[in-house]
Amino acid sequence: MSELVLSIRDLRVTFDTPLGPLEAVRGVDLDVHAGEMMGVVGESGSGKSVTFLAAMGLLPHQAKVSGSVMLNGQEMLGASNKVLRNMRGGLMSMIFQDPLSALNPVHRVGDQIVEMLKAHQQKMSDKDAAKRAVELLDIVGIPQASERAHQYPHEFSGGMRQRVVIAIAIANNPKVLIADEPTTALDVTVQAQILEVIERVQKSFGTAVVLITHDLGVIARVADRVNVMYAGCNVEKGGVESLFDHPSHPYTRGLLASLPHEGVERLTPITGFPPNMLMPPPGCGFAPRCSHVTDACLASLPSLRTFSDLETACIRAEELVVKAGLS
Amino acid sequence: MNQPLLQVENLVKNFELRANSGIRKTKRIVQAVSDVSFSVDKGQTLGIVGESGSGKTTVGRCILQLLDITSGTISFEGKTLGGLSFEEMRQIRRKMQIVFQDPFASLDPKMTVGSSIAEPLVVQGVAGNHEEKVASLLELVGLAADHAKRFPHEFSGGQRQRVGIARALALDPALIVLDEPVSALDVSIQAGVVNLFGDLQKRLGMSYVFIAHDLSVVRHIADRVAVMYLGKIVEIGDKKSIYEHPTHPYTKALLSAVPIPNPTTERSRSRIMLEGDVPSPVNPPSGCRFRTRCWKATELCASSEPQLVVRPTGQLSACHFPE
Repeated sequence: MSELVLSIRDLRVTFDTPLGPLEAVRGVDLDVHAGEMMGVVGESGSGKSVTFLAAMGLLPHQAKVSGSVMLNGQEMLGASNKVLRNMRGGLMSMIFQDPLSALNPVHRVGDQIVEMLKAHQQKMSDKDAAKRAVELLDIVGIPQASERAHQYPHEFSGGMRQRVVIAIAIANNPKVLIADEPTTALDVTVQAQILEVIERVQKSFGTAVVLITHDLGVIARVADRVNVMYAGCNVEKGGVESLFDHPSHPYTRGLLASLPHEGVERLTPITGFPPNMLMPPPGCGFAPRCSHVTDACLASLPSLRTFSDLETACIRAEELVVKAGLS
Repeated sequence: MNQPLLQVENLVKNFELRANSGIRKTKRIVQAVSDVSFSVDKGQTLGIVGESGSGKTTVGRCILQLLDITSGTISFEGKTLGGLSFEEMRQIRRKMQIVFQDPFASLDPKMTVGSSIAEPLVVQGVAGNHEEKVASLLELVGLAADHAKRFPHEFSGGQRQRVGIARALALDPALIVLDEPVSALDVSIQAGVVNLFGDLQKRLGMSYVFIAHDLSVVRHIADRVAVMYLGKIVEIGDKKSIYEHPTHPYTKALLSAVPIPNPTTERSRSRIMLEGDVPSPVNPPSGCRFRTRCWKATELCASSEPQLVVRPTGQLSACHFPE
């Protein structure tokens, strides 16, 4: 396998709230290799965004973060501000759901790309930076890039703004691009365009992409490997084909079954609702909604282990596969 | 012939934009819905799909007379809405209800959910024991009767949406407009609410106008589907014909843009990539409104507007060069 660029180990994030500590991330392990497209999927509150905000050092001071985040062989948790500043937008950058709030409304988009370039390459001349900015706009598929560089964000449509945000994020050739729900605010036809841009960046520059989404269709389209998160934990990991073909964790299985399929008369929802992380359930986070729960599931928080070609956090994975095979 | 429950003919809804640009005052008109016609039969579900700015939500609000229509007619149970007296309209409103997208914004945080659900009964002056009715409505939507005393913040998103549905059901409506009712919910929760819509329709026999951008949910729930683009219906017909034999290029592109949650099929199928974004409804393209993004467009598409025509597979579509 190709070189490991981002390695997260036993990441824990706790927020102090007036109602007590809230454990948003509870021991996440995650590896991202050079040039791969890794999908992170989970529902709201599963900790998927917080994991990567912590990795970027973007959480507020109140958040207690522990564990390890190794980027390109360097520890990022507890690193100095200088190291973090160099990392953000240099080695690793992040794009968000809402491209309008990610851009500064009073600066021309070209200047916003130049700002990013010069923040990391002080020696670059203004002229070169401006030229590079136009090149970047062209790479992300903005027509008439040299004219558009002089326009303001409000003159762009939603899809075009997201392209500008991607141009800023890839300005310094990062090793890892974290895309947090990059297409959720966009229409499906525009979503298809943006996914195409992200894939193009990944393939032509060898940038590893972490695609955070709740949309399993998007994962199926672009991801190489998938991480399923629930209640602040990884519950399942694996190659995209294996994971969709024979998911081992009851949550993943439930998630796939709850989607409308052709010819299915009645959908199969997962009963109950996600846990309140102020009072996480004992043991496996999914236990209260799982139809296969036993006493052993409630005893302790299961960690990931290898199971056929996947990694699963379900202690009953073997039995359940046999059961599913028989029924 | 059976009369449809809801008949919309040549519906037009324009919004005026007043922009003060410098000294001159300019008046611009957003053509949110232009010349839309469709009907919904009793007990049927019409799905309206389209991207943002297609006018699907505006159509829903026009049906309920929440917006004054610019022109066209909307008839419900054979009665033309608009021009009715306040009292007549109030009687008709009992039979038409709406469920909104955002289950957080559509409930009053200071009212118990019981009083929210009972509010339509109070407003319409329905006699009888409201508490009992509320309890039975809560049970109907899969909540418990004692939930009536709680406040909205005590519920999850999916449960709140069920409260919104219970409120819409309070007056035994014949038609419910569902405006993106599951888009704000997580997938595992969404499935339960979608099932609930199906169950309620089977039990109570009302009609739905189901407005959504999620084509897979519409495919699951609708009998007929209307595809809207920039204020117009570009294709309308039975679900089967629309999804299996789309004839309008936009419908084809839309269906191909929706990712299928199966890596093998998703990666092997051919895809139509549309260029650009939806144009502004202030200044829509001449002729066919889709022509600026269509790969089949010719001069004919710019000069003459295609009309909805019946296709061999049964649906109507508005295209000079159908598939």
